[in-house]
Amino acid sequence: MIDQQKLYEIWVYLQAEPLFWLTLTIGSYLIADYFYRRSNLFPLLNPVAISVLIVSVILLTFDIQYERYFDGAKFIHFLLGPATVALAIPIYKKWDLILSNSRAIFISLIIGSVFAIFITYGLSSYFELQQELILSLLPRSVTAPIAMGISELIGGIPSLTAIITIITGIIGASLGIFVFDLMKLKKMEARGFSLGLASHGVGTARAMSRDTNAGVFAAVGMGLSGLVTSVILPLFIKFIF
Amino acid sequence: MLNSIFLIFFFQLVGEFIQKFLELSIPGPVIGLFLLLIMLLLSKKKYYKIPVNFQINLINSAENLLNYLPLLFIPVGVGVVMHLSLLEDNLVPVMLVIIIGTLLTLAVTAFVMERLLKVVNKDD
Repeated sequence: MIDQQKLYEIWVYLQAEPLFWLTLTIGSYLIADYFYRRSNLFPLLNPVAISVLIVSVILLTFDIQYERYFDGAKFIHFLLGPATVALAIPIYKKWDLILSNSRAIFISLIIGSVFAIFITYGLSSYFELQQELILSLLPRSVTAPIAMGISELIGGIPSLTAIITIITGIIGASLGIFVFDLMKLKKMEARGFSLGLASHGVGTARAMSRDTNAGVFAAVGMGLSGLVTSVILPLFIKFIF
Repeated sequence: MLNSIFLIFFFQLVGEFIQKFLELSIPGPVIGLFLLLIMLLLSKKKYYKIPVNFQINLINSAENLLNYLPLLFIPVGVGVVMHLSLLEDNLVPVMLVIIIGTLLTLAVTAFVMERLLKVVNKDD
Protein backbone atom coordinates (compact mmCIF):
# COMPACT_ATOMS: atom_id res chain seq x y z
CA MET A 1 0.00 0.00 0.00
CA ILE A 2 1.35 3.41 -0.99
CA ASP A 3 1.96 5.86 1.79
CA GLN A 4 -0.16 8.81 0.60
CA GLN A 5 1.02 11.14 3.33
CA LYS A 6 4.64 10.53 2.34
CA LEU A 7 3.91 11.08 -1.38
CA TYR A 8 2.19 14.34 -0.53
CA GLU A 9 5.20 15.48 1.48
CA ILE A 10 7.54 14.67 -1.40
CA TRP A 11 5.30 16.61 -3.78
CA VAL A 12 5.25 19.62 -1.46
CA TYR A 13 9.03 19.50 -1.36
CA LEU A 14 9.53 19.03 -5.11
CA GLN A 15 7.10 21.70 -6.26
CA ALA A 16 9.03 24.27 -4.23
CA GLU A 17 12.21 23.43 -6.16
CA PRO A 18 13.19 24.73 -9.63
CA LEU A 19 14.14 21.22 -10.79
CA PHE A 20 10.54 20.09 -11.11
CA TRP A 21 9.42 23.09 -13.19
CA LEU A 22 12.53 23.05 -15.36
CA THR A 23 12.00 19.35 -16.12
CA LEU A 24 8.32 19.97 -16.87
CA THR A 25 9.13 22.87 -19.22
CA ILE A 26 11.83 21.04 -21.15
CA GLY A 27 9.75 17.84 -21.22
CA SER A 28 6.72 19.66 -22.62
CA TYR A 29 8.90 21.27 -25.26
CA LEU A 30 10.41 17.93 -26.30
CA ILE A 31 6.94 16.37 -26.60
CA ALA A 32 5.61 19.35 -28.59
CA ASP A 33 8.70 19.38 -30.81
CA TYR A 34 8.39 15.62 -31.41
CA PHE A 35 4.80 15.93 -32.65
CA TYR A 36 5.71 19.02 -34.68
CA ARG A 37 8.40 17.06 -36.50
CA ARG A 38 6.19 13.97 -36.84
CA SER A 39 3.50 16.15 -38.44
CA ASN A 40 6.04 17.35 -41.03
CA LEU A 41 6.21 20.78 -39.41
CA PHE A 42 2.46 21.42 -39.55
CA PRO A 43 2.22 25.15 -38.65
CA LEU A 44 -0.71 24.84 -36.22
CA LEU A 45 1.37 22.45 -34.10
CA ASN A 46 3.81 25.28 -33.33
CA PRO A 47 6.02 23.88 -30.51
CA VAL A 48 5.85 27.07 -28.43
CA ALA A 49 2.05 27.17 -28.55
CA ILE A 50 1.66 23.45 -27.80
CA SER A 51 4.15 23.34 -24.93
CA VAL A 52 2.63 26.48 -23.42
CA LEU A 53 -0.74 24.71 -23.54
CA ILE A 54 0.64 21.53 -21.95
CA VAL A 55 2.25 23.41 -19.05
CA SER A 56 -0.78 25.69 -18.56
CA VAL A 57 -3.20 22.75 -18.44
CA ILE A 58 -1.02 21.07 -15.81
CA LEU A 59 -0.81 24.23 -13.70
CA LEU A 60 -4.55 24.83 -13.93
CA THR A 61 -5.41 21.17 -13.21
CA PHE A 62 -3.31 21.06 -10.06
CA ASP A 63 -4.23 24.62 -9.09
CA ILE A 64 -0.66 25.88 -9.08
CA GLN A 65 0.11 29.59 -9.00
CA TYR A 66 1.95 30.97 -12.02
CA GLU A 67 4.45 32.68 -9.70
CA ARG A 68 5.43 29.30 -8.22
CA TYR A 69 6.00 27.86 -11.70
CA PHE A 70 7.93 30.89 -12.92
CA ASP A 71 10.14 30.85 -9.87
CA GLY A 72 11.57 27.58 -11.21
CA ALA A 73 11.21 28.21 -14.95
CA LYS A 74 12.94 31.60 -14.69
CA PHE A 75 16.27 29.89 -15.32
CA ILE A 76 15.07 29.08 -18.83
CA HIS A 77 13.55 32.54 -19.17
CA PHE A 78 16.91 34.05 -18.20
CA LEU A 79 18.54 32.61 -21.33
CA LEU A 80 16.36 34.82 -23.54
CA GLY A 81 18.77 37.71 -22.92
CA PRO A 82 21.96 35.86 -23.91
CA ALA A 83 20.10 34.27 -26.86
CA THR A 84 19.18 37.75 -28.10
CA VAL A 85 22.84 38.80 -27.92
CA ALA A 86 23.78 35.56 -29.69
CA LEU A 87 21.66 36.62 -32.69
CA ALA A 88 24.64 38.84 -33.57
CA ILE A 89 26.49 35.75 -34.80
CA PRO A 90 24.16 34.60 -37.62
CA ILE A 91 23.69 38.26 -38.62
CA TYR A 92 27.47 38.63 -38.79
CA LYS A 93 27.80 35.51 -40.93
CA LYS A 94 25.25 36.83 -43.45
CA TRP A 95 26.37 40.44 -43.27
CA ASP A 96 27.19 40.75 -46.99
CA LEU A 97 23.74 39.48 -47.95
CA ILE A 98 22.15 42.01 -45.59
CA LEU A 99 24.30 44.87 -46.83
CA SER A 100 23.57 44.15 -50.49
CA ASN A 101 19.85 44.29 -49.69
CA SER A 102 19.90 47.29 -47.39
CA ARG A 103 17.53 49.29 -49.61
CA ALA A 104 14.95 46.47 -49.62
CA ILE A 105 15.32 46.14 -45.86
CA PHE A 106 14.93 49.86 -45.23
CA ILE A 107 11.82 50.28 -47.38
CA SER A 108 10.09 47.14 -46.06
CA LEU A 109 11.01 48.15 -42.52
CA ILE A 110 9.36 51.56 -42.77
CA ILE A 111 6.27 50.32 -44.64
CA GLY A 112 5.85 47.30 -42.32
CA SER A 113 6.33 49.19 -39.05
CA VAL A 114 3.98 52.01 -40.04
CA PHE A 115 1.40 49.56 -41.38
CA ALA A 116 1.48 47.56 -38.13
CA ILE A 117 0.59 50.67 -36.14
CA PHE A 118 -2.16 51.84 -38.53
CA ILE A 119 -3.86 48.46 -38.88
CA THR A 120 -3.86 47.95 -35.10
CA TYR A 121 -5.29 51.42 -34.57
CA GLY A 122 -7.87 50.97 -37.32
CA LEU A 123 -9.08 47.59 -36.09
CA SER A 124 -9.18 48.65 -32.42
CA SER A 125 -11.21 51.71 -33.33
CA TYR A 126 -13.54 49.56 -35.43
CA PHE A 127 -14.17 47.31 -32.40
CA GLU A 128 -14.64 50.44 -30.26
CA LEU A 129 -12.10 49.43 -27.62
CA GLN A 130 -11.35 51.80 -24.74
CA GLN A 131 -8.44 54.17 -25.23
CA GLU A 132 -6.28 52.53 -22.56
CA LEU A 133 -6.65 49.15 -24.26
CA ILE A 134 -5.89 50.64 -27.69
CA LEU A 135 -2.72 52.20 -26.30
CA SER A 136 -1.75 48.83 -24.82
CA LEU A 137 -2.34 47.14 -28.20
CA LEU A 138 -0.41 49.56 -30.42
CA PRO A 139 3.19 48.47 -29.65
CA ARG A 140 2.33 44.74 -29.95
CA SER A 141 4.56 43.89 -32.98
CA VAL A 142 7.88 44.59 -31.31
CA THR A 143 9.80 42.50 -28.81
CA ALA A 144 8.15 42.42 -25.37
CA PRO A 145 10.62 44.58 -23.38
CA ILE A 146 10.48 47.36 -26.00
CA ALA A 147 6.70 47.01 -26.34
CA MET A 148 6.23 47.34 -22.56
CA GLY A 149 8.49 50.40 -22.46
CA ILE A 150 6.57 52.10 -25.27
CA SER A 151 3.24 51.14 -23.67
CA GLU A 152 4.23 52.83 -20.43
CA LEU A 153 5.42 55.91 -22.29
CA ILE A 154 2.20 56.40 -24.27
CA GLY A 155 -0.20 55.62 -21.41
CA GLY A 156 -1.03 51.95 -21.97
CA ILE A 157 -0.86 49.15 -19.38
CA PRO A 158 2.56 47.43 -19.71
CA SER A 159 1.46 44.05 -18.28
CA LEU A 160 -1.46 43.95 -20.71
CA THR A 161 0.90 44.88 -23.54
CA ALA A 162 3.18 41.99 -22.53
CA ILE A 163 0.31 39.50 -22.90
CA ILE A 164 -0.86 41.00 -26.19
CA THR A 165 2.70 41.02 -27.54
CA ILE A 166 3.34 37.36 -26.78
CA ILE A 167 0.00 36.36 -28.33
CA THR A 168 1.01 38.37 -31.42
CA GLY A 169 4.28 36.43 -31.57
CA ILE A 170 2.59 33.04 -31.32
CA ILE A 171 -0.10 33.95 -33.88
CA GLY A 172 2.50 35.18 -36.39
CA ALA A 173 4.76 32.19 -35.84
CA SER A 174 2.02 29.61 -36.25
CA LEU A 175 -0.25 31.20 -38.90
CA GLY A 176 2.21 33.30 -40.92
CA ILE A 177 3.15 30.48 -43.24
CA PHE A 178 -0.46 30.16 -44.47
CA VAL A 179 -0.35 33.82 -45.57
CA PHE A 180 3.01 33.37 -47.31
CA ASP A 181 1.87 30.22 -49.10
CA LEU A 182 -1.42 31.83 -50.10
CA MET A 183 0.49 34.78 -51.61
CA LYS A 184 2.98 32.38 -53.21
CA LEU A 185 5.94 34.23 -51.69
CA LYS A 186 9.07 32.22 -52.36
CA LYS A 187 11.94 34.20 -50.89
CA MET A 188 12.87 32.91 -47.44
CA GLU A 189 14.48 36.27 -46.64
CA ALA A 190 11.17 38.10 -47.21
CA ARG A 191 9.21 35.58 -45.15
CA GLY A 192 11.75 35.77 -42.34
CA PHE A 193 12.02 39.54 -42.31
CA SER A 194 8.27 40.01 -42.03
CA LEU A 195 8.05 37.39 -39.26
CA GLY A 196 10.69 39.25 -37.24
CA LEU A 197 9.07 42.61 -37.92
CA ALA A 198 5.47 41.59 -37.17
CA SER A 199 5.94 38.94 -34.51
CA HIS A 200 9.35 39.66 -32.95
CA GLY A 201 11.21 36.92 -31.02
CA VAL A 202 8.67 34.12 -31.36
CA GLY A 203 8.51 34.76 -35.10
CA THR A 204 12.31 34.89 -35.28
CA ALA A 205 12.62 31.60 -33.39
CA ARG A 206 10.23 30.05 -35.86
CA ALA A 207 12.07 31.44 -38.92
CA MET A 208 15.44 30.38 -37.50
CA SER A 209 14.23 26.81 -37.11
CA ARG A 210 13.19 26.60 -40.76
CA ASP A 211 15.95 28.35 -42.72
CA THR A 212 19.15 30.20 -41.79
CA ASN A 213 18.58 33.10 -44.17
CA ALA A 214 14.99 33.46 -42.96
CA GLY A 215 16.23 33.43 -39.38
CA VAL A 216 18.88 36.07 -40.00
CA PHE A 217 16.45 38.38 -41.78
CA ALA A 218 13.95 37.82 -38.98
CA ALA A 219 16.51 38.88 -36.39
CA VAL A 220 17.32 41.99 -38.43
CA GLY A 221 13.60 42.76 -38.83
CA MET A 222 12.97 42.32 -35.13
CA GLY A 223 15.85 44.54 -34.04
CA LEU A 224 15.18 47.31 -36.55
CA SER A 225 11.39 47.39 -36.12
CA GLY A 226 11.97 47.71 -32.37
CA LEU A 227 14.09 50.80 -32.99
CA VAL A 228 11.79 52.35 -35.60
CA THR A 229 8.58 51.68 -33.64
CA SER A 230 9.94 53.19 -30.44
CA VAL A 231 10.58 56.39 -32.39
CA ILE A 232 7.46 56.63 -34.61
CA LEU A 233 4.77 55.28 -32.28
CA PRO A 234 5.03 58.13 -29.71
CA LEU A 235 4.89 60.58 -32.66
CA PHE A 236 1.80 58.81 -34.03
CA ILE A 237 0.12 59.06 -30.61
CA LYS A 238 0.76 62.82 -30.44
CA PHE A 239 -0.83 63.15 -33.86
CA ILE A 240 -3.92 61.00 -33.20
CA PHE A 241 -4.89 61.65 -29.58
CA MET B 1 32.84 27.15 -24.57
CA LEU B 2 33.17 29.06 -21.31
CA ASN B 3 34.96 31.90 -23.12
CA SER B 4 32.03 32.30 -25.49
CA ILE B 5 29.44 32.18 -22.73
CA PHE B 6 31.43 34.80 -20.87
CA LEU B 7 31.60 37.03 -23.95
CA ILE B 8 27.85 36.76 -24.63
CA PHE B 9 26.96 37.44 -20.98
CA PHE B 10 29.46 40.29 -20.89
CA PHE B 11 27.93 41.98 -23.93
CA GLN B 12 24.47 41.64 -22.41
CA LEU B 13 25.78 43.14 -19.18
CA VAL B 14 27.28 46.10 -21.02
CA GLY B 15 24.00 46.46 -22.95
CA GLU B 16 21.95 46.47 -19.73
CA PHE B 17 24.33 49.04 -18.24
CA ILE B 18 24.05 51.35 -21.25
CA GLN B 19 20.27 50.98 -21.29
CA LYS B 20 19.95 52.00 -17.63
CA PHE B 21 22.62 54.67 -17.81
CA LEU B 22 21.22 56.42 -20.89
CA GLU B 23 17.60 55.50 -19.98
CA LEU B 24 16.99 54.12 -23.48
CA SER B 25 13.77 52.37 -24.51
CA ILE B 26 15.82 49.70 -26.32
CA PRO B 27 16.32 46.60 -24.11
CA GLY B 28 19.80 45.76 -22.84
CA PRO B 29 20.12 42.46 -24.76
CA VAL B 30 19.29 44.22 -28.06
CA ILE B 31 22.02 46.80 -27.35
CA GLY B 32 24.32 43.86 -26.52
CA LEU B 33 23.45 42.31 -29.90
CA PHE B 34 24.41 45.51 -31.75
CA LEU B 35 27.68 45.85 -29.78
CA LEU B 36 28.72 42.24 -30.39
CA LEU B 37 27.87 42.60 -34.08
CA ILE B 38 29.95 45.79 -34.32
CA MET B 39 32.85 44.06 -32.61
CA LEU B 40 32.70 41.14 -35.03
CA LEU B 41 32.40 43.40 -38.07
CA LEU B 42 35.36 45.53 -36.97
CA SER B 43 37.48 42.41 -36.58
CA LYS B 44 36.52 41.46 -40.15
CA LYS B 45 37.86 44.82 -41.30
CA LYS B 46 41.14 43.82 -39.65
CA TYR B 47 41.16 46.57 -37.06
CA TYR B 48 42.18 43.84 -34.65
CA LYS B 49 42.27 40.09 -34.63
CA ILE B 50 39.98 37.60 -32.93
CA PRO B 51 41.71 34.17 -32.75
CA VAL B 52 40.15 31.74 -35.25
CA ASN B 53 39.62 29.08 -32.58
CA PHE B 54 37.72 31.52 -30.47
CA GLN B 55 35.57 32.63 -33.40
CA ILE B 56 34.62 29.05 -34.23
CA ASN B 57 33.87 28.46 -30.59
CA LEU B 58 31.69 31.55 -30.41
CA ILE B 59 29.79 30.60 -33.54
CA ASN B 60 29.14 27.09 -32.20
CA SER B 61 27.98 28.27 -28.80
CA ALA B 62 25.70 30.91 -30.24
CA GLU B 63 24.16 28.51 -32.73
CA ASN B 64 23.65 25.89 -30.03
CA LEU B 65 21.80 28.39 -27.90
CA LEU B 66 19.73 29.65 -30.83
CA ASN B 67 18.64 26.08 -31.64
CA TYR B 68 16.58 26.20 -28.46
CA LEU B 69 15.19 29.70 -28.98
CA PRO B 70 11.54 28.53 -29.04
CA LEU B 71 11.98 26.76 -25.67
CA LEU B 72 12.97 30.04 -24.04
CA PHE B 73 9.56 31.59 -24.72
CA ILE B 74 7.59 28.95 -22.81
CA PRO B 75 7.79 30.47 -19.28
CA VAL B 76 6.46 33.83 -20.56
CA GLY B 77 3.91 32.10 -22.78
CA VAL B 78 2.49 30.20 -19.81
CA GLY B 79 2.18 33.53 -18.01
CA VAL B 80 0.01 34.77 -20.85
CA VAL B 81 -2.43 31.86 -20.56
CA MET B 82 -2.57 32.20 -16.77
CA HIS B 83 -3.26 35.95 -17.01
CA LEU B 84 -5.74 35.93 -19.90
CA SER B 85 -8.42 37.05 -17.43
CA LEU B 86 -6.77 40.51 -17.47
CA LEU B 87 -8.38 41.00 -20.87
CA GLU B 88 -11.83 40.45 -19.30
CA ASP B 89 -14.71 40.97 -21.73
CA ASN B 90 -12.34 42.26 -24.40
CA LEU B 91 -10.79 38.87 -25.14
CA VAL B 92 -12.64 38.29 -28.44
CA PRO B 93 -12.15 41.74 -30.03
CA VAL B 94 -8.52 41.87 -28.84
CA MET B 95 -7.83 38.44 -30.34
CA LEU B 96 -9.43 39.56 -33.60
CA VAL B 97 -7.30 42.73 -33.69
CA ILE B 98 -4.18 40.65 -33.05
CA ILE B 99 -4.95 37.90 -35.59
CA ILE B 100 -6.14 40.15 -38.44
CA GLY B 101 -3.53 42.83 -37.70
CA THR B 102 -0.62 40.41 -37.51
CA LEU B 103 -1.53 38.45 -40.64
CA LEU B 104 -2.04 41.64 -42.68
CA THR B 105 1.24 43.12 -41.42
CA LEU B 106 3.04 39.90 -42.36
CA ALA B 107 1.43 39.95 -45.80
CA VAL B 108 2.25 43.60 -46.56
CA THR B 109 5.84 43.44 -45.29
CA ALA B 110 6.69 40.17 -47.02
CA PHE B 111 5.01 41.34 -50.24
CA VAL B 112 7.04 44.55 -50.36
CA MET B 113 10.29 42.80 -49.57
CA GLU B 114 9.77 39.92 -51.99
CA ARG B 115 9.68 42.50 -54.80
CA LEU B 116 12.72 44.47 -53.64
CA LEU B 117 15.11 41.69 -52.65
CA LYS B 118 18.07 40.84 -54.79
CA VAL B 119 18.42 37.18 -53.97
CA VAL B 120 18.06 34.06 -56.04
CA ASN B 121 15.02 31.88 -55.38
CA LYS B 122 16.10 28.52 -54.09
CA ASP B 123 13.58 26.55 -56.12
CA ASP B 124 14.13 28.40 -59.42
